[in-house]
Amino acid sequence: MSTLRFMVDNFEEVLYLSWEHIWIVGIALLIATPIGVVLGIVITKYEQSASRVLNGANILMTIPSIALFGLMLPVLAIVNMGLGKVPAVIALVLYSQLPIIRNTYTAIKNVPPSLVDAGRGMGMGKWKLLRELEIPLATPVIIAGLRTAAVMNIGIAAIATYIGAGGLGVYIQQGIARVYPEMIVSGAILVSLLAIIVDGGMALLERLATPEGIKVQRKLSR
Amino acid sequence: MTKLLIKLYRVILAVTILALGVVAERTGLMELLSDPYEYPVIMELFIQHLYMVTVSMLFATVIGVTAGILLTRKRLRRYAGICMYIIGLGQTIPSLAVLALAMSFLGIGTKPAIFALTIYSILPIARNTLAGITAVPPELIDAGKGMGMPPIRILMEVEIPNAMTVILTGFRVALIINIGTAALAYVIGAGGLGDLIFTGISLMQTDKLLAGAIPVTLLALFADFLSELMGLLLVSKGLRLSD
Repeated sequence: MSTLRFMVDNFEEVLYLSWEHIWIVGIALLIATPIGVVLGIVITKYEQSASRVLNGANILMTIPSIALFGLMLPVLAIVNMGLGKVPAVIALVLYSQLPIIRNTYTAIKNVPPSLVDAGRGMGMGKWKLLRELEIPLATPVIIAGLRTAAVMNIGIAAIATYIGAGGLGVYIQQGIARVYPEMIVSGAILVSLLAIIVDGGMALLERLATPEGIKVQRKLSR
Repeated sequence: MTKLLIKLYRVILAVTILALGVVAERTGLMELLSDPYEYPVIMELFIQHLYMVTVSMLFATVIGVTAGILLTRKRLRRYAGICMYIIGLGQTIPSLAVLALAMSFLGIGTKPAIFALTIYSILPIARNTLAGITAVPPELIDAGKGMGMPPIRILMEVEIPNAMTVILTGFRVALIINIGTAALAYVIGAGGLGDLIFTGISLMQTDKLLAGAIPVTLLALFADFLSELMGLLLVSKGLRLSD
């Protein structure tokens, strides 16, 4: 109850920190999506580089987030950006690459060859095939990748508080430092809520982005 | 084109390693590591980190695999869907939040940290065990039944070996997340290599920071490699051949 009291009393600050959190994650996704999707499409065309790129992204993902912040700090400190929002956004962009690239790659690989053949038979060129056939069919899976990335990024952005990026992690950090249980619990609950809401919203988006034809096909195959 | 890319990749790799070496020397990391007073401290934190990860992973594997198996049994199968949903929801909760909640209820120290790590690692293991066993082709189970195997033997000799690849993936994900989260356990007073990283960040002492960050990264990469090796040992040859 006292936790709820805390949130109501500091409503404005809660809103501000939530906004800051969403902002960091949003900017990171905005930068990461084009990079990841383009890389994912490119490696479907250059098959030899696919495993290498995916392995690289996998290794990036393996690095613990706080260690990555630590490793980037001395490097970015050269340009005076070791702390704050910049390294946080860079780290989030790096972490988002694996889910986005992997999903784009598998989605485009899984477009039924019969459909690609049909498109080719209709006289579509490489670009047209990509734009009008492969990408629309792959979109739901790509959005699923974005969903994974977004949820993960919300968690990592909470940790980024420790390098001065702000966001809802501030409540957890400050609460622990001040031994203020209400603050800790509200921080933890708010971050979790944000992750759950974004997860749900992206799931909805995933459903909306599925082309009508695929939905009909799925229903029929059931 | 690709040959050029591979060459470029190698050059970039070499330059990065060189740069890392220069950074290690310049920031005083080498000096810190060769300091006879600092070295044991770092080793102790490393062992603390390893201890937290090992103990929590041990609990999590036992609980997670058991829960996953139980949920695929006939009597409990109808709860599998709802449990999957809850696990999915649990996985969206950030690791720092889980640690913070564990601390606010259990206090500071290693025990709450191990508790939080265990809970957080159970989720991927249980989920993959459940998914792996559910995905075993029914005709294999039928074949087992036809040979007169009792349910326990079907489980041990048909279901688990066939689900092993998926279970190991869950284990690997849990282990990597666990190592990363254990680095955060410092903030709830559990020590570990996070101690060096957080202290390094707040004091802007690059050497200390790197002395924490590099071992944690290497530990995670090594764990990744180790789980792959476990796949070679635990997954039966026939299944590996069919891939």
